[in-house]
Amino acid sequence: MNLNKVSMILVLNGLMIAPTMAAELEISITNLTHGNHFTPILITAHDNMSHQFQAGEMATPALQKMAEGGNIADLMSAATGNNELVVGNPAEGLLAAGKKVDSIMLDTQTMTHLSIVAMVLPTNDAFIGLDAWEIPTTPGTYTINVNAYDAGTEANDEIINGGGMPGSPGIPAAPGMDGGANGTGVSDTSGNDKVHIHPGVLGDTDNAGGNSDLDSRIHRWLNPVARVVVEVK
Amino acid sequence: MNTFKTLARNKLVLASAITASLLLTACSDNDNKPEVVPPTPPVVNQVYTVTVTNLTANQPMSPITLVAHDDISAWQVGAPASLALETLAESGDGSMFSSMDDVGSVTVGQGILMPGMSESIELSLAPDDVDSVSILTMLVNTNDAFAGLNDFSLDALTVNQMMSFRSIAYDAGTEANSEAKGSLPGPADGGEGFNALRDDVDRVHAHPGVISQDDGLTDSVLSASHRFDNPVLTIKIERTQ
Repeated sequence: MNLNKVSMILVLNGLMIAPTMAAELEISITNLTHGNHFTPILITAHDNMSHQFQAGEMATPALQKMAEGGNIADLMSAATGNNELVVGNPAEGLLAAGKKVDSIMLDTQTMTHLSIVAMVLPTNDAFIGLDAWEIPTTPGTYTINVNAYDAGTEANDEIINGGGMPGSPGIPAAPGMDGGANGTGVSDTSGNDKVHIHPGVLGDTDNAGGNSDLDSRIHRWLNPVARVVVEVK
Repeated sequence: MNTFKTLARNKLVLASAITASLLLTACSDNDNKPEVVPPTPPVVNQVYTVTVTNLTANQPMSPITLVAHDDISAWQVGAPASLALETLAESGDGSMFSSMDDVGSVTVGQGILMPGMSESIELSLAPDDVDSVSILTMLVNTNDAFAGLNDFSLDALTVNQMMSFRSIAYDAGTEANSEAKGSLPGPADGGEGFNALRDDVDRVHAHPGVISQDDGLTDSVLSASHRFDNPVLTIKIERTQ
């Protein structure tokens, strides 16, 4: 009986030690869209108070820079300054439609939540967004469908004119070389300047005019636009 | 201590029960000596009720196809569709899955599943066949949209337990989404189903939605009501036996 008590105490100790936070994650991200690229992806692991963005809140200038032009540098420095764990640009450039970047390893250390962003191109200010997903403590494979958000910082005029800096209207480029030109511009009457679910692009079938420089047969999407698989080891 | 004593007592009871059964067996063996045939327990199938609901506004769905298979995926996002998937997604006919390697059984629903309607299908599987099941259906007023559940294991489902899923619409990527007259098998058109030509991106992806004539695709036979958003299908799986 004494021996049993001793082993019971050992078991209890084991249970108390088990729920420490650190876990090894293996992450993959798939572009589910028909014809959109993702610009460099940013993955951060952080505490339960931090966010890269929040639906219903104003975009930070750093998020705006990412959503309008694909530049993640400011978001990365902000995350590093906040002592977050950062994986920048795991796909080493654009992630084309249908492509997957995998085997992204991340040791969570003391971090409990995961966030992912990348601009959807060609759009004015759409981005894929995973906001503060709580990292499970139970080992296993978790699949997350990720939606496209609108940063709410730029009118969705759907004109491809090279405009990628915050404050300059328009879409930087259509990396699939499938954009149009000379569109007169879609009138965006939305007054929502907070981060919100993207309404999707309109596009048209006239690549030399019409309202939009996007092609409704190529560039439209429905949510979700990305699938993230996280293996908690 | 009380628990320990009870356990010990139970052990004694169990031991005498075993002895008794051994004695009985010995007696019967003495009378006539039958050949020792190891008993083969009959294979008891595991039975599931799969209930699907069409969540779309105006996209009838082709007869629900349930496939029990080995380690294969019915589809893989980013990879080309199999011929069986192409056929299902373009014509609604899922029967080709039954001739695929590594497919154990294919069960097909009653018929077209209309928007807003639900159907329950009984799925009876040998215990060996429950670890990889897929469910597929075509959105018939489209060129090649489908929905379902891919390579799911029913292993962990106990009797009377239920799991619920919602599916997005996928695009098989095998036929351009022209929405043109003569290209859609559904009631909006009554056009062609399967065509071996692959004139789209040739990889499975999330469906971008239909555009419709009302939204600027001049040649489309579809109207605003044929558009859909995700999710398009609810799937509930309950184990009954």
